Amino acid sequence: MSLITYREALRQALDEALAKDERVFLMGEDVGKYGGTYAVSKGLLEKYGPERVRDTPLSELGFTGAGIGAALGGMRPIVEVMTVNFSLLALDQIVNTAALLRHMSGGQFSVPLVVRMSTGAGRQLAAQHSHSLEGWYAHIPGIKIVAPATVEDARGMLAAALADPDPVLLFEYPALFETKGEASGEKVDIASSKVRRTGSKVTLVTYGGCLPKALKAAEVVDGEVIDLRVLRPLDLAPVIESVKKTRRVVVVDEGWRSGGLAAEVMARLSEQAFYELDAPVARVCSEEVPMPYPKHLEEAALPQPEKIVAAVKGLFG
Amino acid sequence: MKVPPPPSGRVKLPAELSLALLADMLRIRRMEEKCAELYGAGKIRGFLHLYIGEEAVAAGAMRALEKEDNVVATYREHGHALLRGVSMDAIMAEMYGKQEGCSGGRGGSMHLFDAATRFYGGNAIVGGGLPLAAGLALAAKLQIEKRVTACFFGEGAVAEGAFHESMNLAALWTLPVAYFCENNLYAMGTALERSESQTDLCAKAASYGMATLKVDGMDVAAVHETAQRAREYAAKKGPIFVELQTYRFRAHSMFDPELYRDKAEIEQWKTRGPIHTFTARLKAQKQLTEERFLELDAAAQAEVEKAVAFAEAGTWEPIADLTKHVITPA
Repeated sequence: MSLITYREALRQALDEALAKDERVFLMGEDVGKYGGTYAVSKGLLEKYGPERVRDTPLSELGFTGAGIGAALGGMRPIVEVMTVNFSLLALDQIVNTAALLRHMSGGQFSVPLVVRMSTGAGRQLAAQHSHSLEGWYAHIPGIKIVAPATVEDARGMLAAALADPDPVLLFEYPALFETKGEASGEKVDIASSKVRRTGSKVTLVTYGGCLPKALKAAEVVDGEVIDLRVLRPLDLAPVIESVKKTRRVVVVDEGWRSGGLAAEVMARLSEQAFYELDAPVARVCSEEVPMPYPKHLEEAALPQPEKIVAAVKGLFG
Repeated sequence: MKVPPPPSGRVKLPAELSLALLADMLRIRRMEEKCAELYGAGKIRGFLHLYIGEEAVAAGAMRALEKEDNVVATYREHGHALLRGVSMDAIMAEMYGKQEGCSGGRGGSMHLFDAATRFYGGNAIVGGGLPLAAGLALAAKLQIEKRVTACFFGEGAVAEGAFHESMNLAALWTLPVAYFCENNLYAMGTALERSESQTDLCAKAASYGMATLKVDGMDVAAVHETAQRAREYAAKKGPIFVELQTYRFRAHSMFDPELYRDKAEIEQWKTRGPIHTFTARLKAQKQLTEERFLELDAAAQAEVEKAVAFAEAGTWEPIADLTKHVITPA
């Protein structure tokens, strides 16, 4: 099998989705003529035409809401929002409509919508293009949150999201776009977390852009690395299994520490695996500061392999 | 504030249709009067936004729509749901929160939904339904379906970004959607001229290249004729914005002490009330007798009594089901 990049995997997934199902269309800012902000949709306009690769005005609220309506009307829209920071302009439609419609209607209307957006830091894009807010969205019942961290998942998660009858937010990590890997094109699920490296001394729980960092740290500390993959609903069963072996956990999360996804994982572990633990659960998150522009400060603000190693060492007293 | 003269009566409809429109308005009125009473009795809770005074809008517009059309409405949607074909029983049960309600009891007054009649709610975020309607219309267009999407909202929504983004998308993509703006002059307690630099709502929509129509929303015959034109335009040519000038006779919700408008203004608008003015007109035109009017009214009241009995007899969803309807069961 040949190696492809994470970006190419995302593009192949879109191409396949458009080819396979006439109800699928892609809409968002600069997805067509421009080829996608991160060149993910490059070439698709030429292949599928402007009806199915639909450039929109800069109206995140409007076109996300239109995506919800189109999904209700029988289509399978893929809405692209450039970055998670811009998705805040569409927050009302995502949270107040997409996530709630099924419930408010007593189960009559579900919204088979996929919203894709980039998230996370690592490219010196400063405070308004670098934050990692997927943990926020994971707070909301009624939507699924998926975070491909591998090329295989970047290739496979879109198809699974489109097959889902409910709204799915798919987070893409520009920090990983050049990562190379194998992508079989086989089906992947959007329900489970997965062990990415086996180890015996500590369990490192992570997702998205932090996966390579956790894997690097794991080499040093003999860590078992679990990629959450799906942030809502969380699947912590493999984590608890791993903890039974390692008895120590560090959660690595690019979101801010306060009220973040890492906190949720830690709380669940204290509820469900307290007696398996030999040390308190630790976490490595982003520092509580908006993302600075200079490279050295950006790196200092983010979880890094060294910080993860230090956190692991802290658990052994 | 200047109150316009009484409905002109310029549009004369066939007797059968006129009586049907009158009956529609009476059904909403009697249902909602009962809702207010039930609210006082503690049977209906939460927010309850009555449509009393505005019935001509839903009545005139709904009869202009086809069965295959989509309807999107707001939290003041009891009348729209009823005239779209949702049974009064199911609406009343929903108001009670009973599982026999049209949203299984989960929604309440502000969130009436019904898949069978393509009634997409029941959206209690001002402006929230407008992009949704554009998307429903986009789906119809992409699938080459004949349906039109009718979206009802109050004039308060024109201040929201969702309004502007939706007008632009609808016009840019030539979507088969009719936006019915129910201008009752107050966004909750904020008068239009206190909140908008441009109070000509049609001018706002026209600035996006939308076709526009304006009509006296207290005149059910005029509303009906305008809505028919709007539906036809949306189906054949593209998006259209209709301003319906109306007035809410009751408070915004049951919690509103109405400090923001004069009692005299309300009384003056009541002289334009859609039901009594239309009744008088039909009588003058010999399309209606007092006897027939009383029959229609009695039928509406009987339907209300039956709906209340249905809601009373309805059942509470078991707490064991609490987390249902969040995501589709696997």
